[in-house]
Amino acid sequence: MGATFDLWKLTKTVLFYALVVFIVVVSVFPFYYAILTSLKSGTDLFRVTYWPTSFSLDNFRQVFTQGEFPRNLLNSVFVASVTVILALFLAITASFALSRVRFRGRSLLLMTILAVSMFPQIAVLAGLFEVIRFLGIYNTPWALIFAYTIFTLPFTVWVLTTFMRDLPVEIEEAAIVDGATPWVIITQVFMPLMWPALVTTGLLAFIAAWNEFLFALTFTVSNQTRTVPVAIALLSGGSQYEIPWGIIMAASVIVTVPLVALVLIFQRKIVSGLTAGGVKG
Amino acid sequence: MATDAMAPVATANVPKAKSELMQQRVRAARLFLIPMLVALAIVAGWPLLRSIYFSFTDATLNNLYGAEWIGFGNYLRWTVLESGTVRYRGVLADPDWWNAVWNTVRFAFWSVLWETVLGMIVALVLNAEFKGRGIVRAAILIPWAIPTIVSARMWSWMLNDQFGIINDLGMKLGLLAAPVAWTASADTAMTAVLIVDIWKTTPFMALLILAGLQMIPRDIYEAAAIDGVHPIKQFFRITLPLVRPALMVAIIFRVLDALRIFDLIYVLTPNSSATKTMSVLAQENLFQFNNFAEGSTQSTLLFLMIAIFTVLYIWLGRVNFDGGDR
Repeated sequence: MGATFDLWKLTKTVLFYALVVFIVVVSVFPFYYAILTSLKSGTDLFRVTYWPTSFSLDNFRQVFTQGEFPRNLLNSVFVASVTVILALFLAITASFALSRVRFRGRSLLLMTILAVSMFPQIAVLAGLFEVIRFLGIYNTPWALIFAYTIFTLPFTVWVLTTFMRDLPVEIEEAAIVDGATPWVIITQVFMPLMWPALVTTGLLAFIAAWNEFLFALTFTVSNQTRTVPVAIALLSGGSQYEIPWGIIMAASVIVTVPLVALVLIFQRKIVSGLTAGGVKG
Repeated sequence: MATDAMAPVATANVPKAKSELMQQRVRAARLFLIPMLVALAIVAGWPLLRSIYFSFTDATLNNLYGAEWIGFGNYLRWTVLESGTVRYRGVLADPDWWNAVWNTVRFAFWSVLWETVLGMIVALVLNAEFKGRGIVRAAILIPWAIPTIVSARMWSWMLNDQFGIINDLGMKLGLLAAPVAWTASADTAMTAVLIVDIWKTTPFMALLILAGLQMIPRDIYEAAAIDGVHPIKQFFRITLPLVRPALMVAIIFRVLDALRIFDLIYVLTPNSSATKTMSVLAQENLFQFNNFAEGSTQSTLLFLMIAIFTVLYIWLGRVNFDGGDR
């Protein structure tokens, strides 16, 4: 009796770990395979292998010497950084007002912000194009910084509002008793407490801006002004059969490694930031 | 309850000082909100109104300002031919549009269904205590962290008909009789898109569900175990009902996201009518085929659909908009 029970228990454990291994392999394999491919060259590329067989940095060398990829990388860094700084700057005061002050229409305002964050980007594309041309920033990084505000700003406001709402009242009370104005409360009292939230929100907004494709495809048209996602999407050879897979994979690895590293370092914070937008909201 | 976070502060003071303080705070709040509101109005409100306006005009890419109002003509217009037959035109009579609608709905339905089921399984695994949980959690974050465009290209290489590893693996395992042109053939293009999307977004779903699972008190399960309730019954009677609010929010989030999908399809299966979604069709009409007004009409229709879903989300999710009640 005892023996059969143990056997059943063992089977269950084995099955469970098989599932665990399966989940890990499926999650990681495509990225692993991209790295594998990026290190192959020549005809090696077209032989399917599951383990590393050759090691060549040719593809990486080509990515950095041919075309405008370094420039695209700089564009992406610039666009994503400025977008995040701008969004955080606008969001921090706004979320103080939304989480800490009671005024009429607050619920409606929060509802509008949530609605904007769920906007399909395509719905504003035509109008945004007009505004961007009017401002004379078409085909410049500023067009993207301008356009990305539509999703980074509502998101940062929403997450920072949920975070600020949870800060203890006593801290603010003490500041008010000392005669602090709302501006002083934000900059001197809340900001030091908010660093973890600002880092998380900023990181998530950075990733969103770094990955964005539709606006980048529409509002930039030359190789020098494109960001990395569009550059990678448009990397191609003369025909369908000449797609430079090795180079594409090398570029993909370059773009993804920093993101994966950041995400793994800030794992816990990112998970809490993601769920703050969903479940807690 | 509407007992605001600020209420204790207010009641702690004498009435007159309280109202002065409150007024000062409300004034400051207004001032703080203005920059954000102006920014949102310029990047979201105004462009949205203009896009909707363009859908009622004959605007073209090179002639935005000289556009003339033509009413609902872009949506539906008809001419009666001499023979007496009526010919309908406009987006609502366009088979390409309805094909895109069907593709989008089909994609949203299957991707969200699979993501929910698989996300639930992954979340249940992560909610169990075992050695190496940290590794699994880190591993599932990788698909989420990879940019959509990059994952589209990675997978289109893996799904390549001649040199792809998926065909190789499938044939070695005896699952495939012959290599399949996953992304190129009309029969499998949607499957290919679904595979990539499910791979990429299941982690997000799993994390949202996991957050819901972790809020369920453990002692409920202990009590159920003492009563001898079978684990499967426990799942359907305890876990599912208690995680439902979190699950609903996650599902509607994902539906909204799936309805506007653009990048994955644009890169993975370019120019395939088997996968072309509303966003892809609208973008092409707007900026590539010089059908600006038609594209605006399509984007407006998509906006309407998503607006309906958003209202549903706010209503079903019973989102807490009352900032200070926690």
